[in-house]
Amino acid sequence: MTTRLFGSGIRRREDPRLITGQASYTDDIKLTGLAHVAILRSPHAHARIRSIDTAAAVQSPGVVAVYTGADTEGVLNPIPCAWVIPDSDVKAVAYPAIAKDVVRYVGDAVAVVVAENRYQAEDALELISVDYEPLPVVVNPEAALQDGAPQLHEDAPGNQAFHWVAAGGDTDTAFDQAEVVVKDTIIQQKLIPNAMEPRSAIASYLPSMGELTIWNTSQNPHIARFVTCLVTGIPEHKIRVIAPEVGGGFGSKIAVYPWEMIAAFCAMRLGRPVKWTETRSENFVATTHGRDHVEYVEMAATRDGKITGVRSVVYAGMGAYLSTAAPGIPTILHGLMYSGPYDIPHIKADIYGCFTNTTPVEAYRGAGRPEATFLLERLVDLLAAELNLDPVEVRRLNLIPKFDDGYDVAIGLTYDSGDYQRALDVALEHVNYSHLRHEQEHQREHGHYTGIGVSCYSEICGLGPSQVAGAVGFGGGLWESATVRFYATGKVNVYVGTSPHGQGEETTFAQIVASELGVPVDDVELIHGDTDNTPMGWGTYGSRTTVVGGGAVALSARKIKDKAVTLAAHLLEAAEADIEYEDGNFFVRGAPDRSKTIQDIALMANVAWDMPAGMEPGLEATAFYDPPNFSYPFGSHVAVVSVDPDNGHIVLERYVAVDDCGPQINPMIVEGQVHGGVVQGAGQALWEGAVYDDGGQLLTGTLLDYALPRAHLVPDIETLSTETPSPHNPLGVKGIGETGTIASTVTIYNAVIDALRPLGVTKLEMPLTPERVWRAIHEQG
Amino acid sequence: MYTPEFDYHQAGSVAEAIELLGSHSGNDSVAEARLLAGGHSLIPLMRLRLARPATLIDIGGIADLKGSSVNGDTIRIGALTTHGEIAASHDVRHANPLLAEVAGGIGDPQVRNRGTIGGNLAHADPASDWGTVLTALDASIEIQGPTGSRTIAVGDFFLAPFTTALAESEIITAITAPTLSVHRHETDHDHGHEHNVGPDHGHGHDHDNGLAAIHGEVGEYAKMSHPASFYPVVGGAVIVNVENSRCASARIAVGGLVPTPLRARAVESALTGQELTADNIAAAVSHLADDLGNDIIGDVFASAEYRRAVAPVEVKHALFHAIGLAHH
Repeated sequence: MTTRLFGSGIRRREDPRLITGQASYTDDIKLTGLAHVAILRSPHAHARIRSIDTAAAVQSPGVVAVYTGADTEGVLNPIPCAWVIPDSDVKAVAYPAIAKDVVRYVGDAVAVVVAENRYQAEDALELISVDYEPLPVVVNPEAALQDGAPQLHEDAPGNQAFHWVAAGGDTDTAFDQAEVVVKDTIIQQKLIPNAMEPRSAIASYLPSMGELTIWNTSQNPHIARFVTCLVTGIPEHKIRVIAPEVGGGFGSKIAVYPWEMIAAFCAMRLGRPVKWTETRSENFVATTHGRDHVEYVEMAATRDGKITGVRSVVYAGMGAYLSTAAPGIPTILHGLMYSGPYDIPHIKADIYGCFTNTTPVEAYRGAGRPEATFLLERLVDLLAAELNLDPVEVRRLNLIPKFDDGYDVAIGLTYDSGDYQRALDVALEHVNYSHLRHEQEHQREHGHYTGIGVSCYSEICGLGPSQVAGAVGFGGGLWESATVRFYATGKVNVYVGTSPHGQGEETTFAQIVASELGVPVDDVELIHGDTDNTPMGWGTYGSRTTVVGGGAVALSARKIKDKAVTLAAHLLEAAEADIEYEDGNFFVRGAPDRSKTIQDIALMANVAWDMPAGMEPGLEATAFYDPPNFSYPFGSHVAVVSVDPDNGHIVLERYVAVDDCGPQINPMIVEGQVHGGVVQGAGQALWEGAVYDDGGQLLTGTLLDYALPRAHLVPDIETLSTETPSPHNPLGVKGIGETGTIASTVTIYNAVIDALRPLGVTKLEMPLTPERVWRAIHEQG
Repeated sequence: MYTPEFDYHQAGSVAEAIELLGSHSGNDSVAEARLLAGGHSLIPLMRLRLARPATLIDIGGIADLKGSSVNGDTIRIGALTTHGEIAASHDVRHANPLLAEVAGGIGDPQVRNRGTIGGNLAHADPASDWGTVLTALDASIEIQGPTGSRTIAVGDFFLAPFTTALAESEIITAITAPTLSVHRHETDHDHGHEHNVGPDHGHGHDHDNGLAAIHGEVGEYAKMSHPASFYPVVGGAVIVNVENSRCASARIAVGGLVPTPLRARAVESALTGQELTADNIAAAVSHLADDLGNDIIGDVFASAEYRRAVAPVEVKHALFHAIGLAHH
């Protein structure tokens, strides 16, 4: 029996069902009488709806019902925005499930068909005739705020969704007195998440009980229940949300969408269950997007390379409406991270949220922090170039020195722990940095353009203290809870409120319990994703599941251990103070043969034949864990690229990731998270980007146009780690889900710019397509 | 991603398929009936409801249209042979290694295992790998229709983007291409296997003596692929007849630039008679502009201006590769 499982790279226990096709996703669920929903989506980015004629659709074969915004108005409340940041003039504009008078982006719902099968529903959609009066369109976030821009919402004059400013120090003075200032304009292009499983919902309503059940591809079923209650008016205890197998989310399954509310509406109206599953084409326009910033950023420094200030003006696109958590992303998760791993005394973030005629924007892996890391690491490289210093030296000069328990940065956060120099050292030693630079020089002499990108990052995750959540306007708590339940046979179920969907917690949470209580890992099964049989939790996003949810699991296990000690003392007729524990055994100090295993204890607690006076039966505990602080993982990444100046083609030759997420419960899973994250970040640098025309039509609306990373275009990722425990977390863990994405985009970008420096190229727009690179080279020539 | 309703017929023979095509083609419509081969071009269009044939005639089960054979200096490939089968065929690789390598670099394994050479040609995308390569090879296309069979030169087959010389109720039955005959005086000069996987053309091939060892026809293809679809954006195919380190003759074609695959005759004539040095090749490919004219295709990923600029680069890469010169 292996009990010291914490730190062991055992195989993921959820994988056999996933890779043999035995897993059941929302779309796989069959219910008696199931009808199928198709949604008519606006082909216009902005238009007034003059009239809708559904008569022909209603008559179409197999059609059960056709609904428009006139049917849902007054029945479904608007979709709420759940992150209304204080003192930011947030305009939480009405976000109807089905548009009634005005459509505001290509993909806005206009009408809904319910039919006996999906083909019939799609056929009927073609028979709905909508008379649109096209209105002027704005797609660029900065342009949306200019005078004379087309207006999206009466309640948001000038298209301003919010204006948020955060500052520490005296930034303006720092810039006025700076010896050197470097500036950049950065376009964080709009990205389109493509989870392998598209969005899907089944709604079933029991009129006799007033009960609504929704199977929903959600990262946070408890939040989905909460919001569904607000939109439908059904009391929360009468709603059950089930997130069955969820095939990836990356932030796009945080939001509560109009689509599942439409499904609920149809089920309630018809008294029969309905299913809606988006097509991949719908995914491109109707599932939330990520990033979309226009940023004006600058860094002040001394001549010898000490950073004295950072400031920004950011126009953050929100799309046409405010999605569930959208306002918090370019603000709390972005603007507050402008210090990164550096000691910067003066910081100011000036962030405008902007409504545009595009798909709403939400969290996308990293959510605000990749953008923060990007601008810092760009500015540091620009500063190094300006001062003719090696970019590594500028970083060394400014990294915060090692700290174990708290470091206050100017913008007001207290980082938990960090050893940034060490992560950088490990990365540079691994690649033999000076040799790499030498090699680069040699290659340049032969007309070959290779580039080296180095980045340092610190990020905020493990969200987070609920008191802070309240202070920054997050419409919920950020604690987690877990119940650990032993059966008489010694087997264990763990019930959690978080909702893993690819992160491997069925394995790592079992490892936590196995390590805390000495049971075999295969004796522990995780239950998650169903609001009816799991305790409350706020979901899986922001690299918080292991940090906060895992913390709750550990605390539950420790409560069980406390009870087990008391029960063991009783059974062994010893004083509680004399009971020692090791590897699943409770024994009397000095008499190890007088012992009870955790399984013995579990049996006795469950049958309760011989319990200490006053002790309740059962061996089960629930803990609620509200973290005292966020966690701050960090690391240092290196990318090596080569560029062919003839055609602008980039090859990612090498990628090295050194990440510190504290102690690793399962290093294999950590490595997998880094791999996926790095590749997703590489996608932004090299391949991905939503392209809209001026009329708001998405030109990259299929997988034939929108380039997701392909495995063979990415080298073997070299992963290394350092280990700096978080001082405040029960397990010391910090989170690893997003670090790869947070670091890799700018690391690769910096490498490409480094490669092209001899050709005079200092700036490129992402994604770095061959044509853009080629143009940049030739415009210099 | 849900097709409109359609009728479905399986044809057991070419004759039956032609008959079905005839009986299902309405008077008024553009494509009342469409042939279904591998389905890799047609099905996505139907799922987007951009193609709405009333009837699909599935020819996938017609065994006569599958497989390849070599007869003297000609290789014949059945229209329903998949890209994967062509890539894996020893006969093809032996008789015309260019065809095998091109097939192995099309799309991804799923595409190669379903998509057919005939279906690809009938779709007539102006950047298609096969269109470009078969143009350089001067291949022929065998066609069967209600009134019998005919053979058409590939140069006469493509009329415009997605438009071919196929008449009503005609079916592509086979492709014939010349074999490539080359003698190398060294053992196992391995062709790069990376060259047609994306725009990375592989490295190495620093064979100083490689060229002197080559006598006869060598063929190569280089392309830049779209990172999403993996469809070629710009491709260049070359067949060079090498004698004593010189280009005795050349057939060169490019795709993805003008509405149909194009023979680069100005480049061919500039190269013919020249010693195959890097400088001479670079000079020859610069003549591609003379072949292209002004009507160049462009899109969001690659503008006309960019395609014009990189087309000679792809041709150069193909030529370097063909004769074993490193291009980086």
